[in-house]
Amino acid sequence: MSATVTPQRERPPAPAGTGARKLTERAFRIRESGIIAVLAVFVAVTAAIQSRFLDITNIQFVLVNTTVFALLALGETLVVISRNYDLSVGSVLGLSAYLSASLFGQHHGIPIPVAFLTGLGIGLACGVANGVMVSAGRVPSLVVTLATLYIIRGIDILIVGGKEVVANSLPAAYTAIPRSTVLGVPDVAIAVAIVVGLGAYCLRSFRSGRELYAIGSNPDAARLAGIPIGRRVFAAFAASGAIAGVAGVLWAAQYGTVDSTAGTGYELQVVSAVVVGGVAIFGGSGSAVGAALGALLLNTISSALYVLGISPFWDQAIWGFLLILAISLDRLISVRLTAALRLRGARHG
Amino acid sequence: MPGPGAGTGREAGPVLALRHAAKAFGAVQALVDGSIELYPGEAHALVGENGAGKSTMVKILAGVHQPDAGELLVDGAPVTLHGPAAAQAAGIAVIYQEPTLFPDLTVAENMFIRRQPLRSGRRIDGRAMRAAAAAIFARLGVPLDPARIARGLSIADQQVVEIGKALSLDARVIVMDEPTAALSAAEVDRLFAVIRALREHGAAVLFISHRLEEIFATCQRVTVMRDGRQVLSREVAGLAAADLVRAMVGRELAERPAGAHGTPGEPLLAVRRLTREGVFTDISLTVRAGEIVALAGLVGSGRSEVARAIFGIDRYDAGSVTVRGRALRRGSPTGAMAAGVGFVPEDRRQQGLIMDMSVQRNVALASLRRLRRAGLIRSSAERRLAADWAARLKIKYGRLGDPVSMLSGGNQQKVVLAKWLGRRPAVLIVDEPTRGIDVATKAEVHQLLLRLARDGVGVLMISSELPEVLRVSDRILVMREGRLAAEFRHADASEEEIMAAATGQAAGPPGALAGQAVP
Amino acid sequence: MSSESMPAIGDRLRPVLRWEAGLALVVVIIGIVGASASPQFLTGNNLFNVGLSNGEIAIMTLPMTLIIIAGEIDLSVASILGMSSALLGVLWARHWPMIAIFVLIAAVGLAAGAVNGLLVTRLGLPSLAVTIGTLALYRGIATILLGPRTIADFPATYTNVGVNAVPFTGNDVTYSTAAFAVLALIFGVILHATPFGRSVYAMGASAEAAQFAGIRVKRIKTILFMVSGLVCALAGVLWTFRLDTAVQDNGLGLELDVVAIVLLAGVSIFGGKGSIAGVVLAVLAFAGIQNALLLTNFNQEAAGIVTGGLLLLSVFGRNAAAVSARLRRWLPSRAAGPPPDGAAAGPQPEAGRRPPG
Repeated sequence: MSATVTPQRERPPAPAGTGARKLTERAFRIRESGIIAVLAVFVAVTAAIQSRFLDITNIQFVLVNTTVFALLALGETLVVISRNYDLSVGSVLGLSAYLSASLFGQHHGIPIPVAFLTGLGIGLACGVANGVMVSAGRVPSLVVTLATLYIIRGIDILIVGGKEVVANSLPAAYTAIPRSTVLGVPDVAIAVAIVVGLGAYCLRSFRSGRELYAIGSNPDAARLAGIPIGRRVFAAFAASGAIAGVAGVLWAAQYGTVDSTAGTGYELQVVSAVVVGGVAIFGGSGSAVGAALGALLLNTISSALYVLGISPFWDQAIWGFLLILAISLDRLISVRLTAALRLRGARHG
Repeated sequence: MPGPGAGTGREAGPVLALRHAAKAFGAVQALVDGSIELYPGEAHALVGENGAGKSTMVKILAGVHQPDAGELLVDGAPVTLHGPAAAQAAGIAVIYQEPTLFPDLTVAENMFIRRQPLRSGRRIDGRAMRAAAAAIFARLGVPLDPARIARGLSIADQQVVEIGKALSLDARVIVMDEPTAALSAAEVDRLFAVIRALREHGAAVLFISHRLEEIFATCQRVTVMRDGRQVLSREVAGLAAADLVRAMVGRELAERPAGAHGTPGEPLLAVRRLTREGVFTDISLTVRAGEIVALAGLVGSGRSEVARAIFGIDRYDAGSVTVRGRALRRGSPTGAMAAGVGFVPEDRRQQGLIMDMSVQRNVALASLRRLRRAGLIRSSAERRLAADWAARLKIKYGRLGDPVSMLSGGNQQKVVLAKWLGRRPAVLIVDEPTRGIDVATKAEVHQLLLRLARDGVGVLMISSELPEVLRVSDRILVMREGRLAAEFRHADASEEEIMAAATGQAAGPPGALAGQAVP
Repeated sequence: MSSESMPAIGDRLRPVLRWEAGLALVVVIIGIVGASASPQFLTGNNLFNVGLSNGEIAIMTLPMTLIIIAGEIDLSVASILGMSSALLGVLWARHWPMIAIFVLIAAVGLAAGAVNGLLVTRLGLPSLAVTIGTLALYRGIATILLGPRTIADFPATYTNVGVNAVPFTGNDVTYSTAAFAVLALIFGVILHATPFGRSVYAMGASAEAAQFAGIRVKRIKTILFMVSGLVCALAGVLWTFRLDTAVQDNGLGLELDVVAIVLLAGVSIFGGKGSIAGVVLAVLAFAGIQNALLLTNFNQEAAGIVTGGLLLLSVFGRNAAAVSARLRRWLPSRAAGPPPDGAAAGPQPEAGRRPPG
């Protein structure tokens, strides 16, 4: 017979957590709506100064430019969610762009889907190599993909030599891909938006996607829970590589001329887009949609600067500053959010 | 999971039993004769001091270790649990003091990770998952929102999530390791309600705690461990707190070395009304030259936090610390060290030592400035310092250049001590100086502390081991829930009184519990 | 006193000693292979050119080494170089006196490093992310300053660093090589023989234990970043004078070379281990390989393959045993419970440590 306990116990504990859920949902939506808000402000201000900004051709241009980066951002998101980094995406894009575009010059009449498959295959191969090295070895992905960044770029340079793929060697149907539109919206933008949405959906709705988040959120707990970390991380890198490969094919269609410098420096821009888009640099949270929005934001800013006559030389400084701002804000928000969530938890017993 | 009221009580036979288990780790016999029987529908308390063998027994039940002798029976059949996964499969779940959740996933996802219910196309059925989680929480009587993310959940809520996870895995035995250490009173009450719900559903709950009033409030049986053996295992009904305390500590008092306590000199360390909100309140103490002051109390009473605040690793909100009359700036370990304070922290491996560094460098780490000449460290002086202190403390090592990780626990602790003693501190704070150390080295450390006191050093010792406290200290301060609860002079103290003060029982006639109705 | 009289070299844990010895062997092999592949390889003239092309990178590896040993990373090094180069060009074009320019560049370098340091220590942000941001920011500032311009025509007294050897050393030692040698000595002494250096090792191995020993972790890390900024600014000045060119993409991408060299040197990406001697050897190895490739007409730009390959070899070499064990466990594609060595797939503390709270 247990002792009577203090009367406090008779009061049923207040429903806990609903307030907290709303708070966190609000916080997350703040990020994505925040990006959209900043985007809107930029567009509005720029359009007010220079109405040319809202010309349909300019919007299409920005959207098409964004597609490649949005794809890369999707792949990078998969990796960063699991607390890894893939710095080789720029090199993979370059290699894939050259090899798939040069197919047309070497084999006339090759169907376009084959080019896409080639790009996919090349990217997949690179991603698999990254994935094996990261998951099998106790080596941080930062170092592995730093090395493969070098190696793949070097291979690309060796293959390309001094040559380049020239636009007029490419079939018209191919180079028309980035230019064709549906009701004024570029096809590729719609396609990539669908792909990104699908990617985000898969991350949210499938067990393996949730496990990626778990791995990034608390690797020790993930191990204890029996999550096959090696397999998941491998898959993330393989996917990232494959996506970068496809992005390369799109890139070639867009720019026409492909030499050995294609994609140089893209990896850092992609990581910035992803972080600005709300994918936490420590992993565990964030969405592909946010990352794609980050890419859109950065591209829009570049375009706005150009239209406003501000030299494009400000681009880099601005996205560097935005990245620092984003991670600083993330940190401050996360500290505040955790404190607020704790407070809510305490209040509701 | 068995339905309500199913198979409760003795008739069903124990769901989990450990019989005469023994376990040694190297030279240390952690468990000599451990036995316990857990029946469905019962909450069973496991009590004992630090080093009494509780945690080893729990680890055996959890499948982390296998016993050297004795047997483990599940539903009466002997089993060997080769790992935590096997224990989980056998229906045993352990809720540790530090829950490991995924902060960025929702509560429901945390519970069902890897086992999320699916709908068409192998997609996660979020609604079913949240409903299942909500159902479990309803059974436990704790309405947590399954859709909120785990980040920011209080420890109490995190525990509930872990318990919910255990239930969803059809656990029949739920082991809770000091679950109330970090909880507020209201949260403790809620946990009791949860435990009652678990019992009503036929699960057996093993409740490890020091807090006697909680045991009396919640548990039906209690097992007391002492020095690696089970010394008591019976119903709670009819038992008095004082009996429990006696069972926990009753032993021959260790020999006190003669002439160990001289008259203390001038005050070296003065702490006045030190407060850190939510952690400790109004702590005032003085340590004089030649005096060893022990800070006793239960885990979670705030002692280490006070020590860290004094040394400057943590900040505090109010109050002051003075060393030899001069005030210490808060939050500055360098300032404390300059004033002559040394600090041997609780966690040897993470805080006291740099495991990959050599013995020599670890010993020298706090004395680098003194070993300098023209800005450069004199390696000969460094070597001499390390060799000197190693000899003085009789540290057993291969070479001075060996990484300190190669040493035994006792010798590692001596390295930490050497590091601070090399600075000839005026005040030495030691936090659990002999935790995880073999008996022989323990005695050496005690002798060392006594010698230091004889040499005029003021020692503030935090310890959860009552024999140690009594053996070594001149004065004993007891902390409880962040406040100073009692002070004893060495001559006046007994283990029972200290334990009583630490657990909140007034030091009075046996059988009387302060502020608690007797069952 | 017999076994204790062994000098503290025992501290450089045996594996690391093996590493530097192995690296020295690699350097020798490169020398031999290079010399046999091309008769020019070991000529004074060639060595001079090697010194010219790698001097600035070499200099930048030194503060990077300390930063990585301390458990952080600085990817903005090449951008600080670029920013300092841009400042040099812009201010020279405005006819500032050179001394004033030097002073300002030094100040800017220190400030750039301080920004990195403060963001990492005060805001608790991961250095990887912060320096990716400042990499872009500082490069962007360089771009804003210079725009599309290329400033040349620096005074011959200065551009001679790209032409002449240091006097009294024979004809083979470039100014940047001399600077590297002097700085390597200074950094080496500081890292290996001073309390400051010992603290750097300690905080890289265990920031918590370092703090408990009274080491001022935040202050030291900020200093390291500031020193890195200053040294990279110096490298920027040397680079600009050597090429007699200030253009916005000076030094673009060099950060990866610098990190690769430091990792090749046996400095652990997790912090707490490494030596300046190793870095010197790694610089030699890197420079030697680049040069051998050049002389044998290997495509220069593709030399990255070799750098990348070396990087992989160096990190996998350290973990050879752990890697093969994991491969074996990984191939059957079944999660057999947590691996006993607790290996994690992913960036370790320096890159991905979650700040408290």
